[in-house]
Amino acid sequence: MIPPSFDYHAPSTVAEAVGLLAQLGDDAKILAGGHSLLPMMKLRFAEPAALIDLNRIDALRGVSEEGGLIRIGAMTTENQLIASDLLKAKVPLLPEAARQIADPQVRNRGTIGGDIAHGDPANDHPAIAMALEATLVLTGPNGERQVPATEFFLGTYFTAMEADEILTAILIQPFAPKTGYAYTKLKRKTGDWATAAAAVVMTMDGERVASVRIGLTNVAPTAMRASDAEQFLVGKSLDAVTLDEVARLVRAVAEPAADLRGDEEYKTAMAGEMTKRALRQAAERCR
Amino acid sequence: MNAPLKEREQALMGIGESRLRKEDARFIQGKGNYVDDVKMPGMLHMDIVRSPLAHARIKRINKEAALAMPGVHAVLTADDLKPLKLHWMPTLAGDVQAVLADEKVVFQMQEVAIVIADDRYIAADAVEAVEVEYEELPVVINPFDALKPDAPVIREDLAGKTEGAHGARTHHNHIFTWEAGDKSSADAAFANAPVTVKQDMFYPRVHPCPLETCGCVASFDPVRGELTTYITSQAPHVVRTVVSMLSGIPESKVRIISPDIGGGFGNKVGVYPGYVCAIVASIVLGRPVKWVEDRIENLSSTAFARDYHMSGELAATPDGKITGLRVEVVADHGAFDACADPTKFPAGMFHIVSGSYDIPAAHCSVKGVYTNKAPGGVAYRCSFRVTEAVYLIERMVDVLAQKLGIDKAEIRARNFIRKDQFPYTSAFGFEYDSGDYHTALQKVLDAVDYKALRAEQAAKRADPNSPTLMGIGLVTFTEVVGAGPSKMCDILGVGMFDSCEIRVHPTGSAIARMGTITQGQGHQTTYAQIIATELGIPSEVIQVEEGDTSTAPYGLGTYGSRSTPVAGAAIALAARKIHAKARKIAAHLLEVAEGDLEWEVDRFKVRGDDSRFKTMKDISWAAYNQPPEGLEPGLEAVHYYDPPNFTYPFGIYLCVVDIDKATGETKIRRFYALDDCGTRINPMIIDGQIHGGLTEGFAVAMGQLLSFDEQGNIQGNSLMDYFVPTAVETPKWETDYTVTPSPHHPLGAKGVAESPHVGSIPTFTSAIVDALSHLGVTHVDMPHTAYRTWKELKRLGVAQ
Repeated sequence: MIPPSFDYHAPSTVAEAVGLLAQLGDDAKILAGGHSLLPMMKLRFAEPAALIDLNRIDALRGVSEEGGLIRIGAMTTENQLIASDLLKAKVPLLPEAARQIADPQVRNRGTIGGDIAHGDPANDHPAIAMALEATLVLTGPNGERQVPATEFFLGTYFTAMEADEILTAILIQPFAPKTGYAYTKLKRKTGDWATAAAAVVMTMDGERVASVRIGLTNVAPTAMRASDAEQFLVGKSLDAVTLDEVARLVRAVAEPAADLRGDEEYKTAMAGEMTKRALRQAAERCR
Repeated sequence: MNAPLKEREQALMGIGESRLRKEDARFIQGKGNYVDDVKMPGMLHMDIVRSPLAHARIKRINKEAALAMPGVHAVLTADDLKPLKLHWMPTLAGDVQAVLADEKVVFQMQEVAIVIADDRYIAADAVEAVEVEYEELPVVINPFDALKPDAPVIREDLAGKTEGAHGARTHHNHIFTWEAGDKSSADAAFANAPVTVKQDMFYPRVHPCPLETCGCVASFDPVRGELTTYITSQAPHVVRTVVSMLSGIPESKVRIISPDIGGGFGNKVGVYPGYVCAIVASIVLGRPVKWVEDRIENLSSTAFARDYHMSGELAATPDGKITGLRVEVVADHGAFDACADPTKFPAGMFHIVSGSYDIPAAHCSVKGVYTNKAPGGVAYRCSFRVTEAVYLIERMVDVLAQKLGIDKAEIRARNFIRKDQFPYTSAFGFEYDSGDYHTALQKVLDAVDYKALRAEQAAKRADPNSPTLMGIGLVTFTEVVGAGPSKMCDILGVGMFDSCEIRVHPTGSAIARMGTITQGQGHQTTYAQIIATELGIPSEVIQVEEGDTSTAPYGLGTYGSRSTPVAGAAIALAARKIHAKARKIAAHLLEVAEGDLEWEVDRFKVRGDDSRFKTMKDISWAAYNQPPEGLEPGLEAVHYYDPPNFTYPFGIYLCVVDIDKATGETKIRRFYALDDCGTRINPMIIDGQIHGGLTEGFAVAMGQLLSFDEQGNIQGNSLMDYFVPTAVETPKWETDYTVTPSPHHPLGAKGVAESPHVGSIPTFTSAIVDALSHLGVTHVDMPHTAYRTWKELKRLGVAQ
C-alpha cells in the first residue's frame, strides 16, 4: 500500500494545467479527488511519474446557471453537489444520486469530473450524465471543445478525451416542470460500487410516458443508455406488464462482468429490477 | 439505607454502575498510543516479500538489485535465518511454521523474504526489486480434496511423520483427528431412534479484521543484551516466553509491551513471522526495526477464523425430545496448524456443541487438514471454536423442529437443561455452572410478542403479492468461557491462570497491574470498579495498567472472554487480601478486636457505633506509618487466580428479517438480544460490548467471506469487498438481560463480550432459513449476501 515515488505539480489555472500535461505527456496523470487514482497507485497498479493536481484551480469548482444551462465545474465535489440549492431546484437527480456515492469522507474529496473522466463503468456519474444528456467540456492546447456524454464513453477506462485534454465542466439542461427522476442503486455496503444501478429522467403525459431516458451503471464495459427500453416506453402507462417488458429489454442489453458482487445472471437481473424501481419512483415525481 | 450511605456508595462508582469509560478521552481525541505511533531513534523499517503463488518451489532468490538500492540495509531469506535456527518456529498448536519460506511456498501471500530499509517507502520499493523464481506446484484448496490419496503433498517437511501433536496422522495432509463424547452410546441412541435428522453445513473462512492491523517495533540493545518489543498482542507475557525460548535471550531481558491495541478479536493472539523477522533484524543490525502490515496483508496472512465443514445429526423422540447428537467436522487449518487453542484441545471447546440442551448421548469428531491457504483458526470474538459449535447445534435444533412440525421455541423449551439440574454435566463432560434458560426464553418471547410475529408471517406467506419473505430466527445458546482451569488448559505448558497486583498508596489512591490486556474492552474502567467495591476506594483514583511485561504480573492475556472470569476474579481476591490486612490495621487504630469491626462501603466501623470508624483512606495512611506491631508496612497484594471451572454465559436471541424477493436483500427488521452474563459490573460497557458483538456477528452472517479460486488466489482480501459494517448497514439492537451469577466466581461474573458474536450468527441464519422453510429449505450456508440469497430464491422459483 505504498506507492512508488512521483513528481507532484499543483497548478492554479487551467492553462497552467494544460501546459503541464502537454509538457509531461503520458507519464503524467491528472489528480482530481484521488479516490480512484490514489488506491491504484498504492497498489502499484498505476505508477505515474507525475501527478498534476487540479485541486487548487478555483475556476474548476462550483455550480452556476449560464445561458440557460447549468454549468458544473469538473472539480466540484460530491458534497458540493448535494449542498447545491441550484441543483436541488434545477437538476435534482444529481444531489440525490451523489448521496448514494461512497461515504461522506469520500464525497468530501471525490469530484464529478474525476468520476466521469476516469471512464469506469462502475462509477455513478457516467450513467447519470448520459441520462441527463449532459455535455462535457474538454480543454486542451487548442482551447475548449464539447462532447455529448452519450458519445464520451468508448470502453472501460477509455473515453473520447485526448491525452492532452482535461475535463473542465459539465453542462446540463435544467429540468422542465414535472420532470420525474430517480437513481436506484443496489450495493453491498456503504462505499461500494453498484452491483447494478439505473438513472431515469422522465416526463409523462397523463398516465403515459411522454419522454424517458435511462442510464445504466456497472452492467457493461461502459455506462450505457437502455435505448430499446426507452423507445418501448414512450406512450405506455407504467403497469406491471410494461415494467416487466422494460426489465426484459434492459436485461437483453446488459453485459456485466462477474465479480464478488454477483455473477452475470444476478447483475443482469438486477439491472432490470433497478430500472423498474427507478421508473416507478420517477413516475411518482412526475405528478 | 440512609442517604449518606448511598451517596458514599455512589461516590465509589463500583460494581453495577454505568461508569463512563476512562479510555475514551484519549481515543476520541487521537491521543492513543498504538504500535505504529512508536518511533525510536535510529529506527529502520521492514517490509515483506510475499508469494504470489499458493504452492510453488522456490528455485532462486536474487537480492542484488534490492541490496544495491540506497537506504536498504538488509534483505533476509530463510537461508539467512537457518544458522540461527529461526527459519521455522513452533506454533501454539504443536506444529511448526516457516518464518520465511524454506525451499517452497505453501500459500499465497506467504512470507518469502524481508527487506530492512531507512524508511517505509524505500522498503516497499526494495520489495519489488527482490527477484524470486518459482516452479509452480499443484494447488489444493478444498480439505476434502486434500485428503484424497493422490493429493499434492503440502508439507514435505513432515514426510514420514506419522505421529502429530494430537495423535496419529493417517495421510500426508492430515493433521489430527480429535474426538469427544462417547461414540458407542451416541450410536446406540441413533440405532433405536424413531426420528433422526442430518444436515451438512459449511462455516466459511472469515477474518477478525481488527481496525488496527498487526505489527511491532523490535529494539535490541547490543550493549545491555536486552530486547524491548512493542507489539500488537493480546497475550504479551506469552509472547515474552516464546521470544525468550526462540532467541535464547533470558526472559528477564525480554520486555514486551502491548500499548493501546486497536481491536484484536483473536487476530492478535499468535506469534507471526513478521514479529520474529523484525526481532531478528533488530538483533542482527543492532537498531530498532518497525514492521506494520497493511490491510491486505492482514486479511491474507495473519490468522483467519472458522473454515469448518460440519455435519450434524440428531436423534429424537416423535415429540421432539433429543436423545442423541453426532457431529463430524473437517477443519481446514491452512498450510500450517497455527490454531490458537489451549494446547490439549486442537478443536478448542468445540465439544460445547450439545448447547443448552439436556442430551444424554453425544459424540463429535474433528479432523484437521492441511490446504494451500494461510494458517490460523483463531477464536474470532469467541472462546475457541464455540462459535462453530453453537452454530451447529442451533441449526440442528431448527432442522429437527422443522421435520417434526414443532415450533422452534417450543422444541427448545422441551430440551433445555432445567434450572434445577445445575450444576449440570454434559455428555461431553463440561460442568455447566448455572443457568435459567426457560425464564430467559419466556422473557424474550413475551417482549417481542412471538405469537403475533408468527401470525404476521402466516399472513405474508398467504399473500402472493407480498414483495418480501418474512423470517424469524431464534437461538438459545450457551457459551463456555474463562479458560481456564490449569488442570485442563495451558498454552505451551503455561497454565491458563491470570493475575493481579494491587498497590494502595499512602494517600488512599491505588494502582492495579494485570496480566491481561485491553483491546477496547474497557479494562481500565471496569477493573477499577471491582476494586472500588471491594476496597471502598473511589474508582476515579484507581489506575489500571496492563500490557508491559516488565511491570505487570504474568498472565495469559485477553481472548476467549477470559478477562472478567479469570483476571476479574484475581482482582477481587487480591483486593480481599488487602481488605483483610486493612481490617487488622483498623482494629489496631480503633483499639478493638477485628471481630468487633464491620465493613461498610468505604470504612470499617465498630459494630453498632457509627461514630467510631476508619475509612480506607485513613487505613492506607496508617499502613505506611503506624502499622500494628508485627505487621509489615505497606498495603499491597498479588493474586494469581486459577479458576476451578469455566463459566457458562447464555443468551436468547430473536431476529426478524424481511427478504426482498426481487433483489435478495435482507432487512433486519428487529433483533432482540437477552444476555445472562451473571453479575454485571458495568451495564453500559456490557451494552456496548453486546452492540459491538452483534454488529460483528451481523457482519459474519451477512457478508464476511475469504474465498479462494482454484489456483489458491485469495478473493475479497481488501475492505472494498470484505464486509465491515458502518452505522448505515448496522441494524438497531434491542438488549435485555437476566442475572444468574456463577456460583464459583468470586463476583459471580461470567464474561460477556463474545456472547453476542457467538449467539447472533446462527440467529441470522435461523431467520433466513425460517423465511424459506415453507418452501422446504432446511439450511442455507453463510454469508447471506443479497447475491447468494437471490441465487437461492431463483433456485426456489421465487425470484425471476
